[in-house]
Amino acid sequence: MTKVLGDFSPEERAAQEERLRKVWETPGGWRYWTSVNNSDIGLWYGVASFGFMLFAGTLALLMRLQLAVPDNDLLTADFFNQAFTLHGTVMMFLFAVPIFEAIAIFLLPSMLGARELPFPRLSAFGFWSFLLGGVFVCGSIFFNSAPSTGWFMYPPLATDKEFSGIGADIWLLGLSFIEVASIAAAVEIIVGIMKCRAPGMRINLMPMFAWYLLIVAGMILFAFPPLIAGDILFEMERMFDWPFFDAERGGDPLLWQHLFWIFGHPEVYIIFLPAIALMAMIVPTFAQRPIVGYSWIVLAAVGTGFLSFGLWVHHMFTTGLPQISLAFFSAASEAVVIPTGVQIFVFIATMLAGRVIFSVPMLFGAGGLITFVIGGLTGVMVALVPFDWQAHDTYFVVAHLHYVLIGGMLFPVVAGIYYYFPFVTGKKLSDAWGKVAFWLMFIGFNVGFFPMHFSGLRGMPRRVFTYPGDLGWDWFNLISTIGAFVFAAGVLTIIVDMFRPKYKLNDLNPWRSGTLEWTNNPDESWGMRSVPIITSRYPLWDQPNLQRDIDEGRYYLPDAKSGRRETLVTSVLDAEPIQCLRVGGTSYVTIVAAMALGGVFIALTFHWWITTIVCAIITLMAILYWLWTGTAEIPEAPEIDVGLGERLPIYRSGPASVGWWAMFITMVGDGTAFASLVFGYFFYWTIHEDFTAGISGPGAFWPMAALLLFLFSWVLMLAARHLNRDDNIIAARTALVVALVVTVAASVSGLMGPFTHDMDPTSHVYPATVWIISIWTVVHAVVGCIMQAYCLARSFAGRMTARYDQDIVNVTLYWHFLAVTAIVSFGVLGLFPMMR
Amino acid sequence: MLGALFVCLSLSSCSGVQSALDPAGLEASKVATLFYVMLAGGGLIWLGVVGALFYATRTGREPHSERSAGRVILWCGVIVPVTVLAALLSYAVWLMPNMRPWAPGGEGGLRRIEVTGEQFWWRVRYLRADGSLLFETANEVFVPVGERVLFVLKSPDVIHSFWIPSLGGKMDMIPGRINHVALEATKPGTYRGVCAEFCGPSHALMAFSVEAVDAAEFEDWIASRRAGRPAADPGGLELFLRHGCDACHAIAGTTADGTIGPSLTAFGARGSVGAGTLPNTVEDVARFIRYPDEIKPGSRMPSFGMLPEGDAERIAAYLKGLR
Repeated sequence: MTKVLGDFSPEERAAQEERLRKVWETPGGWRYWTSVNNSDIGLWYGVASFGFMLFAGTLALLMRLQLAVPDNDLLTADFFNQAFTLHGTVMMFLFAVPIFEAIAIFLLPSMLGARELPFPRLSAFGFWSFLLGGVFVCGSIFFNSAPSTGWFMYPPLATDKEFSGIGADIWLLGLSFIEVASIAAAVEIIVGIMKCRAPGMRINLMPMFAWYLLIVAGMILFAFPPLIAGDILFEMERMFDWPFFDAERGGDPLLWQHLFWIFGHPEVYIIFLPAIALMAMIVPTFAQRPIVGYSWIVLAAVGTGFLSFGLWVHHMFTTGLPQISLAFFSAASEAVVIPTGVQIFVFIATMLAGRVIFSVPMLFGAGGLITFVIGGLTGVMVALVPFDWQAHDTYFVVAHLHYVLIGGMLFPVVAGIYYYFPFVTGKKLSDAWGKVAFWLMFIGFNVGFFPMHFSGLRGMPRRVFTYPGDLGWDWFNLISTIGAFVFAAGVLTIIVDMFRPKYKLNDLNPWRSGTLEWTNNPDESWGMRSVPIITSRYPLWDQPNLQRDIDEGRYYLPDAKSGRRETLVTSVLDAEPIQCLRVGGTSYVTIVAAMALGGVFIALTFHWWITTIVCAIITLMAILYWLWTGTAEIPEAPEIDVGLGERLPIYRSGPASVGWWAMFITMVGDGTAFASLVFGYFFYWTIHEDFTAGISGPGAFWPMAALLLFLFSWVLMLAARHLNRDDNIIAARTALVVALVVTVAASVSGLMGPFTHDMDPTSHVYPATVWIISIWTVVHAVVGCIMQAYCLARSFAGRMTARYDQDIVNVTLYWHFLAVTAIVSFGVLGLFPMMR
Repeated sequence: MLGALFVCLSLSSCSGVQSALDPAGLEASKVATLFYVMLAGGGLIWLGVVGALFYATRTGREPHSERSAGRVILWCGVIVPVTVLAALLSYAVWLMPNMRPWAPGGEGGLRRIEVTGEQFWWRVRYLRADGSLLFETANEVFVPVGERVLFVLKSPDVIHSFWIPSLGGKMDMIPGRINHVALEATKPGTYRGVCAEFCGPSHALMAFSVEAVDAAEFEDWIASRRAGRPAADPGGLELFLRHGCDACHAIAGTTADGTIGPSLTAFGARGSVGAGTLPNTVEDVARFIRYPDEIKPGSRMPSFGMLPEGDAERIAAYLKGLR
């Protein structure tokens, strides 16, 4: 069905633009920092993560200076150990992952044809959390108290107070805080891609970048929670001496390695796939044709995502695990080469079938590919168990991982910077400077890292602050150091080029790209002037007059009459418009919430318990205020005119709403963390003859009582939702009150099991595990109680009614997950000891 | 790039006492062969991909049809990699049981040497067939050429990793677990082993020497270590005991029987002091006694900077004389 496009006179258009400009305005002065616009947040995020990269790069240069000659004493062993720990940590957690969250937050709305992502304040909250956590972690080195036990934090070294100091707590708590930000970004990205695409952009018309980011955000959701679970166990051991990793009391250091690498390996692909996504946007533009093998590359990316979760043991080939499982993980590690190869050859095939224009982004792309292939080939080598026994933890692996990450991630990111610079600023970076930067980086990198293959195979282990002169490593290391500085000169060249004064382009689409983002005017903060109907993967190539029609406001949402920030929500597969979503605007609450939450983590590091509690209360208040004033608002009218003669509802509830999806996705991540704790329980059970070590369990009575009470409160929540929908408000409120009381009783029962059986969590890992699973469940129940109270308050305040019931629907969704958590935890704790 | 490869290869004769590419053991030579096979194959694949990339990015070329480009994805991205990887994986998995057995416990008859990684040195205990202790030494391992020896690997503090690149791959030493690795030296010589898992401030300073000697020489060495030796310099021993060194260190044939630090029996025969940190000379040993924490950060040995002038040197000379 063809739609009749709008038609406005120039005066009407000017008035529309005036209103749009006002609604989407970025505040001026110091209030600028309260902005939640995706273009501001994306930019800050990008600049901050780039800054952290430079910081970590500087640490690397210091390390290279120390290693330039044997028996050097430029750096102390302790500083060197802090430097390499921070280098790895910062590059992974503060650069490689956040830079893609930055790019995604900046680009996705424009690529998808949305005005904004669905939760702009969540993006802002994530950014401030990330910045605070990052500064906290990095700053520690200036006080000589940075973590110094490696970015992998293996216990017992990292649980040993004498050798790890406060640095380990800074690592655990600072990064847990940043992981919260990453998960927030993942929720934002998934919901944005699934629900906020332009009308007509069916799932098979999505730009490659959106596909990749959808996959990567999904991976974050399953990869980060095991690390968070591991962090919790780790911090419980450090703070309260619960022996999860202490072999003398039944713990096992290997559990941490499993949890860490279940996170750590997907992490590599979480970093790598978005870089490939950038290439998938760049290559078609310069090959001047659509990508060849769209479904090949999507399937390959999905395949890589899945396989990446089955490889983690290849980081543990020398820990003495059974050979048969090593062989299995070796095969899985080789298998992941295949989807990766498909993605590379999709690019080559696209170039073959097109006419290639050479440019700086392509130069970096090609250089990255050439480099990455070497990293891929050495990856094939180290994935073979016998070879890994020699190469593991040597400079060979240092070379391998830098070839993969710099070739597979940094070069494509620089290609992306050159490609998207005009999109961000309306100006172009210099071709001449770009070529100089490329050759410095490319030559410097290879000179720096290629010799490491050989120093490694000649026996040089990783993470050594010095080495003797008679082992034949001197020349390799000196050459590596020289190369590293040439490489750094290349990075510096790019920075100079960015800050050089440049002319404004008078062309929105200087590369003649085909994708939707290039219709946006970087000088306007409204994103799309009007939200177009999309019928092609490369709309700018295939849809005539698209740019003109968008700019003349002939499509959806050309106006902002209500004075609110509005964007379209469409259906998940076919992108039919289903809602006009009002998103949150400029606000302080995000900064307050992020700073207060940061305060919780920082105060915990120093064991300032009272500050911790105060900050936690402020965080809770800020979040409640944020939700109360900014979400599930009852609109002035049920429907609104969105242009093209259509009217859409403003308020949706249940699976049609973005809030429901956000809750669902968050709880999937939360459930993964819980599953990791339960994995720990069974892990201990499998490594010991008798996991309980003769210590009495929580019994069956209290866990079963807790289980039944939780189920009862869940049924009450279902009833409350149902009664509220039937407009039986009094009954619904009563059900909520009873549910709240029952939840409290359930929580108390949950803790009574280990309490009445005198289970001392510091005595052995079995009571510690029982306690941690019980506490996890009860903490979730407490959050559930707060949600119930919130629903009651909303009902009394008239902000939740039979028709506008998003709050209770989402809370009930939370309760589904809580019920499953309770069944699993109390089922396992209460019944499993009897089944042995 | 090829130039860089060539330069690197020619720079490295690959030889060395700690080189995986200069194998002197069964496992190491199998892995070195595997590496050269992969290096050749990998080089060819890399050249192919880069060649394809250069061809594809050539300007002024007629575009290929989408169909033929699609065939490139199928063949180069799927069929060829699957074939090559299947062959390579079979080769590697076939190698595995030749190097380390599928199931542990199949190596009961081997000579056993128990090595414990400690921050930051190696406790080495030669065991009898029944598992009882023959004698203990530190930071040095003697192995007979041509005989498979089982290393029993433990750690009391943090994770270390036992690695003799010339003989074979590494194996971690994990608190609460006992790992095993069997290695066989094929060439007599002196090699160097190191800790390969980051274990704290002085991880870089945790090496040991490996002597591969023929069977007869090995038996002589065992016998010489088991026989008690009279003290070379009674005055040095007296100082050693007076300053309390025996609280941590043992010397066979004397009353010193501490077990916290490395055994110093036959210390003079070792090539280094501080687990490969300094050469074994009187001055360096004396320096180590006075300032262990400066030389080896995080070392558990207290410093003896307060010893009267000459005492450390006298003790060092005494230790140097122990054979």
